[in-house]
Amino acid sequence: MIARLLLVAVLAFGAAWPAFAVENASRYQFDTEQQRERYWDLLSQLRCLVCQNESLADSQADLARDLRQQVYEQMHAGKSNDAIVDYLVDRYGDFVLFRPPVEPGTYLLWFGPALIFLIGLGFGIRILAQRRGTQAQLSEEDRRRAARLLNDEDGEPRQ
Amino acid sequence: MMRLRYLLPLGIFLALAVLFVIGLQRDPRQIPSPLIGKPMPEFQLPTLSAPGENLSDSDLNGQVSVLNVFASWCVGCREEHHVVKALAATGVAPVYGLNYKDKRVDAMQWLGRLGNPYKTVAVDAQGQVGIDWGVYGVPETFIMDRHGVIRYKQIGPMSEKALHDKILPLLRKLKQEGES
Repeated sequence: MIARLLLVAVLAFGAAWPAFAVENASRYQFDTEQQRERYWDLLSQLRCLVCQNESLADSQADLARDLRQQVYEQMHAGKSNDAIVDYLVDRYGDFVLFRPPVEPGTYLLWFGPALIFLIGLGFGIRILAQRRGTQAQLSEEDRRRAARLLNDEDGEPRQ
Repeated sequence: MMRLRYLLPLGIFLALAVLFVIGLQRDPRQIPSPLIGKPMPEFQLPTLSAPGENLSDSDLNGQVSVLNVFASWCVGCREEHHVVKALAATGVAPVYGLNYKDKRVDAMQWLGRLGNPYKTVAVDAQGQVGIDWGVYGVPETFIMDRHGVIRYKQIGPMSEKALHDKILPLLRKLKQEGES
């Protein structure tokens, strides 16, 4: 029973962990719940340059903290999401975006998988078509030979 | 002809393998700066030696210059400090310091102990100028031509090899560029 309670506690804590991840999320005050959502949503789309697999929303790095503050201040100053993203991209490059922009340099990244799928599909269709084309048409002689092979020499089915 | 077709998957695999091996050897911490080829961001900061005085981008303009971002709490900075000193000692270009998110006293002590190679040190206590310059991992070193355009950025500690192979040749080239 105690073990089960403990397990529940651990799991509950684990589930709540992301909420504690940011040192003091409550320091960022918002007028409306929508603004709060917009803020954390935007941060989760931005990559921390120090711990590169974490978003600005999750990272404990010093720089991430500073950038959270920047984004907060700019949002309060009435800047749009696009303007804030541009501000960061101007300084740190497209790397801060988890979702890279679609431009000639990233066409392969964006469309490569679809391209490879289409190539595979093309090959598959061709192979299937070839198989259908060469489907064996048995002549009478072939059928007799097949029957001979499947049955005993005297034409009786094998036991 | 038929043979060649069967070798195709092997060829594709080898090409991919080569691509991956090259990719794995790249340092994921080296993020290309979008600031290269652009004028340096404006700034105006108090200097370390005299808080009443300022260092600004216009002080760096008009000459080939080096800006080294450092902090007393940064291990890599200590590691590269003798290289920064060697760079300054060549006299090829003035080396300015940007003391990033540091305490004034700590920075003074650090430079007092290890030696101060900087022409002037600007104090960026809040890290705001650091953000404008796209600093994400000290030490970082920027090289500007005489029009104030950023031409090179070194991320992480400068090695002696990097100094002699890259940085000094580039500085010399930039100096010639302006004269011709």
